[in-house]
Amino acid sequence: MADIALNDGAGCPSGLSSTGSAPVAAAARSDLGAFVRRAPSGLDTIELMVSGAKCAGCIAKIETGLKQAPGVEEARLNLSTQRLRVGWRPGASDPARIVETLTALGYGAAPFDPETAQAVVDEEGRRLLRYLAVAGFAAMNIMMFSVPVWSGHDEMGGGTRTLLHWVSALVAIPAALYAAQPFFRSAFRALRARRANMDVPISLAVLLTLSTSVAETLQQGEHAYFDGITMLLFFLLIGRYLDHRLRERARTAARELLALQATTAARIGADGHTIAIPAREVILGDRLLLAPGERAPVDCVIEQGVSDLDLSMLTGETLPQARGPGDQIAAGSINLAHALTVRATARADESAVAELARLIETGEQSRASFVRLADRAASLYVPIVHTLATLTFAGWMLAPIIAHALGFEMAAIGLRGALMNAVAVLIITCPCALGLAVPAVQVVATGRLFKRGVLVKSGDALERLAQADVVIFDKTGTLTLGKPRLRSAPDPAALQAAAKLARASHHPLSRAIAEAAGVGAVADTIRETPGEGVEGTLNGRRARLGRRVYAAPEAKDAADGAPELWFALEGAEPVRFVFADALRADAADVVRALGERGLEVELLSGDRPVAVAAAAGAAGIKRWRGGLSPGDKTARLAELRAQGKRSLMVGDGLNDAAALAGAHVSASPGSALDVSQAASDIVIQGALLMPLVEAIDVAKAARARALENLRFSAIYNLIAAPAAAFGLLTPLIAALAMSSSSLIVTLNALRLQLGKAPAS
Amino acid sequence: MNIMIVLIPGALCLGALGLAAFFWSLRSGQYEDLEGDARRILIDDED
Repeated sequence: MADIALNDGAGCPSGLSSTGSAPVAAAARSDLGAFVRRAPSGLDTIELMVSGAKCAGCIAKIETGLKQAPGVEEARLNLSTQRLRVGWRPGASDPARIVETLTALGYGAAPFDPETAQAVVDEEGRRLLRYLAVAGFAAMNIMMFSVPVWSGHDEMGGGTRTLLHWVSALVAIPAALYAAQPFFRSAFRALRARRANMDVPISLAVLLTLSTSVAETLQQGEHAYFDGITMLLFFLLIGRYLDHRLRERARTAARELLALQATTAARIGADGHTIAIPAREVILGDRLLLAPGERAPVDCVIEQGVSDLDLSMLTGETLPQARGPGDQIAAGSINLAHALTVRATARADESAVAELARLIETGEQSRASFVRLADRAASLYVPIVHTLATLTFAGWMLAPIIAHALGFEMAAIGLRGALMNAVAVLIITCPCALGLAVPAVQVVATGRLFKRGVLVKSGDALERLAQADVVIFDKTGTLTLGKPRLRSAPDPAALQAAAKLARASHHPLSRAIAEAAGVGAVADTIRETPGEGVEGTLNGRRARLGRRVYAAPEAKDAADGAPELWFALEGAEPVRFVFADALRADAADVVRALGERGLEVELLSGDRPVAVAAAAGAAGIKRWRGGLSPGDKTARLAELRAQGKRSLMVGDGLNDAAALAGAHVSASPGSALDVSQAASDIVIQGALLMPLVEAIDVAKAARARALENLRFSAIYNLIAAPAAAFGLLTPLIAALAMSSSSLIVTLNALRLQLGKAPAS
Repeated sequence: MNIMIVLIPGALCLGALGLAAFFWSLRSGQYEDLEGDARRILIDDED
């Protein structure tokens, strides 16, 4: 991947570190022109994802820094979403200059695809906030009229009480009918599909309570539940809003990840000029220029040129492959050496990725059988409450008749009294605490993980993560950095000499040598032969760096299967460089930490078994398999599922996407391909894997809290429901019980924030 | 108790005023960047 600019956090004037910052993955090096839009104000604008902005100093530095640049009229950074909108007078500046300015200020920037990143205003969230505000307004104002009724219980005259009830009704009826709309709609949908969900008893309670309370008021009765019903809606809407925010944040983050990966393609026109177009606009037969360092945007076939291609994202294979005219290139391969002219053989949405999409879909279907904790609670709760309310009504109607038949005397409370008691059951058992129990916990848990750089895409992902008992790692790019490092330490003189050739090449093994040697000069008259090596002259002597057969055909084959490069300088003994794919710094610690938590760890890789064995040994993983196809990985997952085990798949490549979708729960590092990130439940930012362990800990704690909350709600209902059924409930007790139970559940959820993070 | 005829509408009007203010702030996008707005108060205006 070619980075546009990635000097994360270097620019923050407060020196805040960049761990857990919003994600800025490397975007393909592309012509930024494709991301510019003309705003209605006449300015050219671009939306950039900024990395490293943390504090007020950053906002000021970026905004003033950009506005001082020539032609820039507008710059606004949103710190919550890390998005920067820049506008300039057409022709007076260009996006490349703006990214350069940002880089000079010390911040990384990557463009957004204008279509995927279209500022979708969260309409649903705003509507819920309006309902919430109306319910809150009504609940508080009605309480103002209810408290006098409760406290003036004996002294207040019936006339004053009825007046206060009427004023309450005036506020409660329109407010409740307005604020209960989300519940009505959802209940209506469920009933039409002949199902019952939590919203059916809620809607029923709202309608019945309003009508019986009006009937009470008409008859100048003592008990009206206008305060109860608005408060109930207020609490329920808080739960609803939290749940929505959780899903919306995950959705936005997922959309942003995709937007970041937006790739462009360089189409070669009839006149020979290339223009940058978004990858999705490539049509069949387009001739494209694939520059060194770029990723193939679509499946294509080489027309002209020979180069080395990095296929690690597709196959897990670390070493590049040479390809020439007539060879197929799958979307996602990275061109390492020479510019290629290619012809598109598929559209972006039909490329190799699409083939995997089918596998992903089947995987997601297997996951659909998972039932969320809250839904399971609701499926128990709904029939019980309905039965109880019906029994209460029937009981109060029939009890006097039965009592009379048995010869006892019992005053009949009539239709009105029986209905009031049944409604009381519906109100008091209304799932305020139940509705808040799970979302409150999940909001706190995902919020805590988000700050640590772990993005959880949904609440039920957290529930599934808590259940995992096997962790399966992919090797290349997940357990390792996906980048070879020099393993053998040859003599420094040879390293420096070889580096002079290596610096001229994009080949990952050459890059590893160049990295080990540091900054320095480049040899003269460099010529690179794809799939073979590099040739050049050093102080007048011919030098070659490459495969054994190319650089040093007379040298003996070491035959240990390790990735190697040979360096031969005319008149000197050839030198062998050996490489290994370096593990992530904390890979072994993570494997140990997972073992301590009783989780089994496996390594499944598409790379050669030798390389897989080495990585497994270094990370301390006992069970590993190499040379697997994407199908083999999903087969292994199915095997584990058949054994009743729940697997957590951690992977990054295209070859993992199907396995990620098929696993019980899945995670991918922030450097993973877009499809892989789309297929996984959890995305981990940064170079370390340790946040995964923290995610598992938090998920388990969240599950424990959610179960505690559900248990508490059950106990509360066990006490309150019989009391209501026997007619002991008053509006005052209902109000107290409802608010205190909701408060307790929320406070219990907040306890999650206090938990300690594992040392990393 | 006649005072209630004045107090009740008065209280409701004040409540409604608060509600209207909330709707206005919601519509004018004041909840779009809570973190950034909290920090912007620390920036000195140069001009």
